[in-house]
Amino acid sequence: MAVEKLPGRYIYDDKELDRSEGEGIEALKAHSQDVIPDPDKWLDEELKANILLTSVDALLNWARRSSMWPVLFAPACCAFELICTAASRFDISRFGMEIMRASPRQADLMITAGTITWKMAPQVKRIYDQMAEPKWVIAMGACAISGGIFTGSYAVVPGYNRIIPVDVYIPGCPPRPEALLHGIRTLQSKIAKRSLLQEGK
Amino acid sequence: MTVALSGKEIAAKLEKQFPGSVIESSEDSLLIKPESLLDVASFLKTTPEFNCDYLTTITAVDYRDYFEAVYILTSLEHNHSLKLKTRCHDRKNPSLPSVFSLWRAADLQEREIFDLFGIKFDGHPNMKRIVLWEGFPGHPLRKDWQGGN
Amino acid sequence: MAIKTESFVLNFGPQHPSTHGVFRMRMTLNGEVVVDMEPVFGYLHRGIEKVAEERTYKQNIPFTDRLDYLASMAGNLAYCLAVEKLADIPVPERAEHIRVIIAELQRIASHLIAVGAFLNDCGAFMTPILYMIREREKILDLFEMVSGQRLTYNFMRFGGVSQDIPEEFMPALEKVIAEMPGFIDEYDRLLAENEILLARAKGVGILPKELAINIGASGPVLRGSGVKWDIRKADSYSIYDRFEFEIPTGTVGDCYDRYRVRIQEMRQSVRIIKQAMEQLPEGEVLTEVPLRLRPPKGEAYGRIEAPKGELGFYLVSDYSPNPYRFHIRAPSLINLTALRDMAVGWKIADAIITFGSIDICMGEVDR
Repeated sequence: MAVEKLPGRYIYDDKELDRSEGEGIEALKAHSQDVIPDPDKWLDEELKANILLTSVDALLNWARRSSMWPVLFAPACCAFELICTAASRFDISRFGMEIMRASPRQADLMITAGTITWKMAPQVKRIYDQMAEPKWVIAMGACAISGGIFTGSYAVVPGYNRIIPVDVYIPGCPPRPEALLHGIRTLQSKIAKRSLLQEGK
Repeated sequence: MTVALSGKEIAAKLEKQFPGSVIESSEDSLLIKPESLLDVASFLKTTPEFNCDYLTTITAVDYRDYFEAVYILTSLEHNHSLKLKTRCHDRKNPSLPSVFSLWRAADLQEREIFDLFGIKFDGHPNMKRIVLWEGFPGHPLRKDWQGGN
Repeated sequence: MAIKTESFVLNFGPQHPSTHGVFRMRMTLNGEVVVDMEPVFGYLHRGIEKVAEERTYKQNIPFTDRLDYLASMAGNLAYCLAVEKLADIPVPERAEHIRVIIAELQRIASHLIAVGAFLNDCGAFMTPILYMIREREKILDLFEMVSGQRLTYNFMRFGGVSQDIPEEFMPALEKVIAEMPGFIDEYDRLLAENEILLARAKGVGILPKELAINIGASGPVLRGSGVKWDIRKADSYSIYDRFEFEIPTGTVGDCYDRYRVRIQEMRQSVRIIKQAMEQLPEGEVLTEVPLRLRPPKGEAYGRIEAPKGELGFYLVSDYSPNPYRFHIRAPSLINLTALRDMAVGWKIADAIITFGSIDICMGEVDR
């Protein structure tokens, strides 16, 4: 059978693109050797300073936590538990989250459903940076917490908290839909404690 | 049931066609010289008796002294299969001929072997890394790769 | 006066609602028409082949779940078959029947998602896939009964299955199997002659027969192009040679043919499960195997007909508890070889449908 002659090059220089992307990955890898601390210092500060929530805060927090829109980010196996949670049996739209926005600019929650590799890490950082404040991150699954079953592999980032700050961790491989819903409720109770005075920190 | 052809019988037939190409043969596989790989493979593909039109898989193994590439060929018509092997003893710049011109199934699999072992395939139109990124230090599936996370 | 046009490059990035997972394409477009397409893989490359060389054979069974995570039982089964070939481990009769029932249930579950996601790409936003997930939840309940897990089961062992099926499994299975053909017929009736599906999928993404064989395609992709090749009949493993079933094939090799092949395969799977249920004998379900199994020196290639194609494991052993080489022949990666040929010359939307109809799983492609 005659084999079609494939073109040797495209209208762009693919080797150059690959090379510059590779440099970006190596730079991010060198930069991410430490864990980013979890954004929960404001919890301690609040208890010490004894600030009571005002009714404006209560209203704002209720609105924010009842209508979080996740960004559609589904690398690996946990994605299917996320999809099953969004389906009709474990309905996620009871919690206001049935719209998964494809564009990160319109989303405020990132549920990281899958293993993160060093090759994907710059893209994850980019998606996180494009989300508007206030934004939260749920690390779903063992791979998202610490690299999971693939710890020690040359290509796997040991946990999302090397790249982006994480608010709630949900263990499991993959976590059941009920576990994911529990994690979402935990995040909602965390948001309920926020105060306007903490904005911008 | 797919019949696994006997390496020894095929070796006997190949010796008549391409003398000196077979290094050793056993019941389930056949070891040939890298220089004769393309000739032997195209003979096995085009001869009606074998008609190996389907390349099931290509893989490589690092045996510390040499690299060995394993080709599993199948014939859909006759429902038989055979295993071809070839070795490369050069560890600094290993290279083998590519079977891309015979079976396009070799396209992504040879790129992956290059990525993870460093074996270059001459004749492949697009020999570049596939699962790792450019600038990754070394070839991880080698037994002597110093890396780790 | 003619308008001057020029091609531009669009990055179809790793994060996109239509790429089934983290798959990236750099498309060269002339307007809406795809002129060229370069796939970029590796965003889910976890280095399983290297990590597996440091674990024992039994510790590698969970890795095989996470390859094609929509058909984990198939991954387990292929690996267990390869190790049984390598170390010559016999499997009891009851375990063989249980394996067949579980593998065919897994095929139905995987094809449900494949067809649902394909229709999602075609534009039937969410309705078919929600119906499919509803049926799939019933099958996942059955899997939870036998293994305790919903997605990555780790159920098969070398020489059988990890534990016997509980008492409530058979009545529940009968109920699901009684309802499944009715559901598949209802689905088919809604969609097979649907005008929009015919307009979008017929004649799109054609994979000619010679090209399909040349690229090493397998599974519904190969059968949709008219080649009657199914490992369950051609190279029978386990006890598939005792059951009667047909192999559906397509004619042209377009997206519609692949969709039809998957629907008919689901019907044939129900048929196999009914026969296996009737013939299920009593007995043990597991042959005792040492924890740190040391197979004799040698190599083996074990393969099965997974829902996505021919899933094979090439293992090399050097008489140590860890495999010397653990190679996975991933059907999704090899089926993707022809994506460029199928997509060039068509519009972006057609390229997306073609990609959806090949039905890949990125865990397998990148490993």
